[in-house]
Amino acid sequence: MTVEKLYDAAGFKTISKGDGKKEVKAIFCCDMLSIAMSKAPASGCWITVVSNMNTLAVATLTDVSCVVIAGGVAVGEDMKAKAETEGIALFTCEEPAFETALIVHDLMNA
Amino acid sequence: MSEVKLSYTISGDDFTRAGEASGDVKSKLKVLGVAPDIVRKVSIALYEGEINMVIHAHGGTIDVTISEKEITMVLADHGPGIENVELAMQAGYSTASENVRALGFGAGMGLPNMKKYSDDMNIETRIGEGTTVTMKVFLQ
Ligand SMILES: Nc1ncnc2c1ncn2[C@@H]1O[C@H](COP(=O)(O)OP(=O)(O)OP(=O)(O)O)[C@@H](O)[C@H]1O
Ligand SMILES: [Mg+2]
Repeated sequence: MTVEKLYDAAGFKTISKGDGKKEVKAIFCCDMLSIAMSKAPASGCWITVVSNMNTLAVATLTDVSCVVIAGGVAVGEDMKAKAETEGIALFTCEEPAFETALIVHDLMNA
Repeated sequence: MSEVKLSYTISGDDFTRAGEASGDVKSKLKVLGVAPDIVRKVSIALYEGEINMVIHAHGGTIDVTISEKEITMVLADHGPGIENVELAMQAGYSTASENVRALGFGAGMGLPNMKKYSDDMNIETRIGEGTTVTMKVFLQ
């Protein structure tokens, strides 16, 4: 699956498009940044409720292909702007992390 | 490749900018053609050190030296120091405040990550004076 498949996924809102052609190879849920830092798989879709600049720093350093802020947590304007300048694909989803992961999982296996 | 030196001053109270130095080092290493697995090791180790300086020590300085043989990272702060380094190195140990935990920090995995992703790590610390962490990642 490529990132662009998430652009119009049910329940998803695109905050920053990033590179839609990037491959999503795995799904990873984690809310502790230093655990995500060592465990997030490269080219993964990282699902978290942690919504701040540091989330983006970890996303960049781990080379995940996209980030989904789950649980209806909002993304601030500064974070949206940063994701856009860094070219990070960033989404929000109203569903909690597990249900969000299921949506991505179903799309990956569709 | 001749020696390359990079220096950064890390502000102590700006969580939103934390990670910028590590990000910059990462992109410079890529440009220098350093192997991706080495770039990953350096980036992770440095980011954890950078964040620790911000959340535990009011900021500090980072000096990175890239030679043919190794990448050396020196992170120096004038924070409170670490009372028990052995304890601090344990996975899961954290004194992070509630405020900082709400931002996703405080798993107590930063120092273990630094140890894991660097090939050599040394911590010099004095209570009330500060901490200097030196990490090396070997290139050959
Ligand atoms: N530069 C520093 N100055 C003072 N104390 C530090 C410094 N770095 C780490 N510590 C102490 O060591 C503890 C463990 O650090 P570590 O990075 O492993 O975890 P953390 O920063 O608390 O959480 P995490 O890194 O998982 O977000 C910290 O909670 C803090 O008490
Ligand atoms: Mg830490």
